[in-house]
Amino acid sequence: MLRLEQIVKKYPTGDHALRGVDLEVPEHQVMALIGPSGAGKSTLIRCINRLVEPTSGRIWLKDLEMVSLNARELRRARRRIGMIFQEYALVERLTVMENVLSGRLGYVGFWQSWFRRFPQTDIDHAFMLLDRVGLAEFADKRADALSGGQRQRVGIARALIQQPDLLLVDEPTASLDPKTSRQIMRLITELARERNLAVIINIHDVPLAQMFAQRIVGLRQGTLVYDGTPEGLTADRLTDIYGEENWEGQFKAEEDLSTEEQAQIADARRFDPVV
Amino acid sequence: MPVSLEQDRRVWQRYDRATVLKRWAWWIVATIVVLGCWQIISGATRWEFVADAPQQLAQLVVRAFPPRWDYMSELWKPLWDTVNIATLGTLVGLIIAFPVAFLAARNTTPHPVIRIIALLIIVVSRSVNSLIWALMLVALIGPGLLAGIIAIGLRSIGFLGKLFYEAIEETSIEPIEAIASTGASRFQVLTYAYLPQVLPAFTGVTVFRWDINIRESTVLGLVGAGGLGIALNSSINSLQWDRAGMIFVVIFVMVLISEWISARVRKAII
Repeated sequence: MLRLEQIVKKYPTGDHALRGVDLEVPEHQVMALIGPSGAGKSTLIRCINRLVEPTSGRIWLKDLEMVSLNARELRRARRRIGMIFQEYALVERLTVMENVLSGRLGYVGFWQSWFRRFPQTDIDHAFMLLDRVGLAEFADKRADALSGGQRQRVGIARALIQQPDLLLVDEPTASLDPKTSRQIMRLITELARERNLAVIINIHDVPLAQMFAQRIVGLRQGTLVYDGTPEGLTADRLTDIYGEENWEGQFKAEEDLSTEEQAQIADARRFDPVV
Repeated sequence: MPVSLEQDRRVWQRYDRATVLKRWAWWIVATIVVLGCWQIISGATRWEFVADAPQQLAQLVVRAFPPRWDYMSELWKPLWDTVNIATLGTLVGLIIAFPVAFLAARNTTPHPVIRIIALLIIVVSRSVNSLIWALMLVALIGPGLLAGIIAIGLRSIGFLGKLFYEAIEETSIEPIEAIASTGASRFQVLTYAYLPQVLPAFTGVTVFRWDINIRESTVLGLVGAGGLGIALNSSINSLQWDRAGMIFVVIFVMVLISEWISARVRKAII
């Protein structure tokens, strides 16, 4: 589905953000990318849709090589990749509906988008997604009138209305409280399963990553240092990724959960689609 | 070196000794320069003229007061012209400044060379006062409203363009990345991600400039570019101070109204 070959990113400032990353993500997989700040997580997922231009390397989205595309081809390819951001990245002065429909910009012409004449099928889809994320009655509200969790739900709807093959998620919960964080992660992973998407989630919160991802990849100073199951992420492995620290207590989180929550986690990790 | 070691204790001061001395030296130099300038200005002034300024002013007010209220019937037309010069001039400036600003902003310019050209347009427009623009235009296309409108327009390009492109450069990158990552075209990114972010600033700046232009267009008539200035010029030249007084009253009221309108509009868009 997605294959990265020797991705290198060197910023003009001299920062060596990625030092030859090889990574393959199969279809329907939810993969969490963890690592310390500055490890290159954000750079890596931005290289995939070329919001950041990789210095060298190749990126294959199914049979399409991303790095060699010209501007026009890149725009077409970007339609297949949805993205969700840490600070929601909504256009604050537009309404919720306009924000969601902006996910279809790659499919409509300029004047169509200028006059907001989106096809009715897109509008139907938008309402369906807003229902799904629980914001149906907010369609006409301006985005800056929403709370953090609500904004992130709009961000999710905007990414999904693209009908992407791949979802890139950059720190979706870093600005949210613990409860909302779990709800948002649950929503993203559920929707991804319903729609058979491959997902890459950048995330700081290791327990949350273990809870919702099927696979964890650890990045340190631009190099992959861990690639395995959530259960395999022991204190030693965390030290490999983040450096020396007393990791006791890090793993408590899951043991402390109620049985109901543990059941939900088990459910979230199951591969079969849930309707 | 604001942190220094004195007997094993770390001492912090805002400036070290050398900087303190340098700052004192600059203050002394600046004071000497100001006093020197004052000396020169004072030497070149004929103080007996300054001394009778209050009497001159009093005479001026006496001559202009009471204003000739019935002169108003002849002022409606130039007043209308003045408002038109300001409004249409602002519109001309807006239409040109809008694209120029996007070409001049670092984050939206298509090419660095185009950016330099756009910045050049803005600088040229800004460095010439509208009265000078009007002077040149009256010579080029003859006296009248059109010269005034273009003069105001030319001056507004720089003002609007500069404040517009600063607003564009201050937009936050996240929504722009988000819209670009959906596969939107360049112009769709402009209209969906940039425009909503800059629209309040653009509106506020434009109304502010219109407000300035109302005031500027009253003087343009002095060089023949239409509006109240022509009436003012002829009244003063023929020493009809009561008429000039009437014109001052009209200008004062008009400026008051334009300021009120611009304050209301700016309040409404925040």
